[in-house]
Amino acid sequence: MKNFFVTGDPMIYASDVLIVLVLVGIIFTLTYFKKWGWLWREWLTTVDHKKIAIMYLICAILMLFRGGVDAELMRTQLAVPNNHLLSAEHYDQIFTTHGTIMILFMAMPILFAMFNAAVPLQIGARDVAFPYLNAVSFWLFFFGALLFNISFVIGGSPDAGWTSYPPLTELQFDPGPGENYYLLAVQISGFGSIATGINFMATILKMRAPGMTLMKMPLFCWSVLASCIVILFAFPALTGALLLLTLDRVVGTHFFTMLAGGNPMQFINLFWIWGHPEVYIVVLPAFGIYSEVVSTFSSKRVFGYKSMVFSLMAIAVVGYLTWVHHFFTMGAGADVNAFFAISTMCVGIPTGVKVFNWLLTMFRGRIRLNLPMLWTLGFIPNFALAGATGVMLAAAPGDYQYHNSYFLVAHFHQALIGGVVYGMLAGMYYWWPKLFGFVLDERLGKWAFWFFNIGFYVCFMPQYELGFMGMTRRMYTYPANMGWTTLNFISTIGAYLMGIGFLFIGAQIVYSIFRGQRDLTGDPWNGRTLEWSLPSPPPAYNFAQIPHVQERDEWWRIKQAGLADAYRKVNLNELEPIHMPKNSGIPFLMGVSFFVGGFGLVFGWTVVAIIGFAGVFLCLLARSLQEKTDYHIPVSEVQQTEISLGRA
Amino acid sequence: MAVMEQTLKDLHGAGEHRKPLEYTHGGSVNILGFWLFLATDLMVFATLFATYLILKTHTDGGPTAAGIFDIPGYVAETFILLTSSFTCGLATYSMRKNAKAAALTWLAITMALGLAFVGLEASEFAKDVADGATMQRSAFLSAFYTLVGTHGAHVSLGILWMASLFFQIARRGFDAVRARKLFVVGLYWHFLDIVWVFIFTVVYTMGVR
Repeated sequence: MKNFFVTGDPMIYASDVLIVLVLVGIIFTLTYFKKWGWLWREWLTTVDHKKIAIMYLICAILMLFRGGVDAELMRTQLAVPNNHLLSAEHYDQIFTTHGTIMILFMAMPILFAMFNAAVPLQIGARDVAFPYLNAVSFWLFFFGALLFNISFVIGGSPDAGWTSYPPLTELQFDPGPGENYYLLAVQISGFGSIATGINFMATILKMRAPGMTLMKMPLFCWSVLASCIVILFAFPALTGALLLLTLDRVVGTHFFTMLAGGNPMQFINLFWIWGHPEVYIVVLPAFGIYSEVVSTFSSKRVFGYKSMVFSLMAIAVVGYLTWVHHFFTMGAGADVNAFFAISTMCVGIPTGVKVFNWLLTMFRGRIRLNLPMLWTLGFIPNFALAGATGVMLAAAPGDYQYHNSYFLVAHFHQALIGGVVYGMLAGMYYWWPKLFGFVLDERLGKWAFWFFNIGFYVCFMPQYELGFMGMTRRMYTYPANMGWTTLNFISTIGAYLMGIGFLFIGAQIVYSIFRGQRDLTGDPWNGRTLEWSLPSPPPAYNFAQIPHVQERDEWWRIKQAGLADAYRKVNLNELEPIHMPKNSGIPFLMGVSFFVGGFGLVFGWTVVAIIGFAGVFLCLLARSLQEKTDYHIPVSEVQQTEISLGRA
Repeated sequence: MAVMEQTLKDLHGAGEHRKPLEYTHGGSVNILGFWLFLATDLMVFATLFATYLILKTHTDGGPTAAGIFDIPGYVAETFILLTSSFTCGLATYSMRKNAKAAALTWLAITMALGLAFVGLEASEFAKDVADGATMQRSAFLSAFYTLVGTHGAHVSLGILWMASLFFQIARRGFDAVRARKLFVVGLYWHFLDIVWVFIFTVVYTMGVR
């Protein structure tokens, strides 16, 4: 117990104070404005995909802040040689939490925010296939993230990198609760991700409005489908890998130990069988967003729709067969390395097809440089460079030089920030008015874009060079005579510029809540797909009447035919009661139970763990025994809603 | 769940009456969702099988597969589990005929066979552990207990699930929801049966060779 709270570091004490102040502030505000009931009824128990999207988005932005603070601390530490601002141990914890949070607790939720915000609206559905399961997914993510985030003040954070390789992560070399936090938090939120994959796959396959054949679906939905296929086949490998390492640490088995016949390489294989496809899980939907944005802001139908679909699927399949390129240097042999080098390079082909299709969509289009388009344009050179350096890394003999150097660090940040973060920000700006009913301020957004985009190059271009000069990743400081000082200092300036860019995004959101232009038409961007035919934000049931779809860019067709105003009007006499799922508190309670169970296992407190997992079981049972999980919205209520939205 | 499907079905003009009960009222979406879940569960087992195959010779001088596997024991387990899959199928068949009493009987027999299977497996594990073949002894034993034990845990969960369903069907008979739930638990049970066929082959039969 004496090591329960982390002690000794002034930064940690400052965080403790901050956490307590924020908690007190939240509790006071909710109590003072009597909002506890509202919080429970409208948010904690909701199964509405639009509200779940908003909750994912808020969490993702908070996690981007947390992971970003980690990044700024690391860059500050590395700005000058022989720096001891952070101790080696503290630095290890920070690069571990930075990586884990950015991939699993920032990229994944912002991705799911986009899934939830757009997919049901684009395919003309009233919600996802399994709204209750959707809420379960969110709360598993939320409490997994919470479990991970409390580690830095309670018990200590994991410190063996986001990949958590054994044998370093075995109990023998890494005692204490830190790695247990990693294993359980990622496991719990991983269950949620698998459930989301199942949910959206079923939604896309089964819930499309009549007339919307697969080949008439918006490309974003195709990209979500491709991403979900990869989730289904990749995430269980992570479940397995984490389970086995947890058994090693908690039960004392010998899967990945150095003794008793264990084989650490098996973890590394299982981890990357998930880990590499994970890159495609997060980047494919970003590709989908770029396709929507490029087409909308060029006022042209997307160039090469079929080749776009084919390339998404090709990336999903080939991306599954490249995982060994993460450990070419571990001596699998020339034949194995050659296979994985070639399969990795092959991914570049369908990706190249997509880049050319986006460029050709813009060709002779009427391009409008709104924020979503700006981030999309920023993405293209970024990803071209990321692809080129990726092919360099994929060449197995060359990789022996670049492996685990700052060249690699620069490469994957260029792919994941330039590809995924740019895409998700483009998606956030694009669908923000649909979710919230107002547009984010363009002027502040442009400041954010330019600070972030310029900062990105200032930060990461020097790192390619540092990699060539021999600087390896995860080193916490370096001597002055290495010749790395200038480039590191420049890189740190870039990181600060990106931080300023992030602050502008925060300022932009706050400003726009009060002053942002309200979206009264529901179609602020002159969009092409069905979500823009609805008011912003749409009513709980989305579509008063399920549309019959005729063409690919259905809303664009309707507008071109001059039928938009008529299409927006609902015939009040034709309405029928709408069948909807009821809210439920069980997903939230299940998340709490997982949190308690996970926390018990982290500290090896068996009783607490049993109580937690018994709670999970009770939640499952309670749901199974529940009758009447749905209800009908009466016609009169639908009529009133539609009238108040001016659509009658 | 999948409540909006009803409306979609009406719009598509599909004939609800020609489908089995479990596929109506949105049940077909749930059934598809469950198939997708089974795909992910299969992947979890695939990782455990792969790990077992990598580690099965890593006995660290301790007990070997040929040394601890008890042929009559695992053959009995196999016959019991395969039979339970058949009786589970009969429960689904009775459900299709809306024969509540028959379905409950077959469900009870399935649960009893499942319990016998789990009991045999537990006693086999207990005997091996008493002989010093613990999961902490070697990588082979870690992988063996984890793979077979994960399957056993799935079967145990299936029994609890069936018990909850038994109670629900006894009280309410077969409507679309209960029919779908019975069908889905059947899918789960047959899936575990197939996984066991691979455990029987890859772990036990190839182990005692």
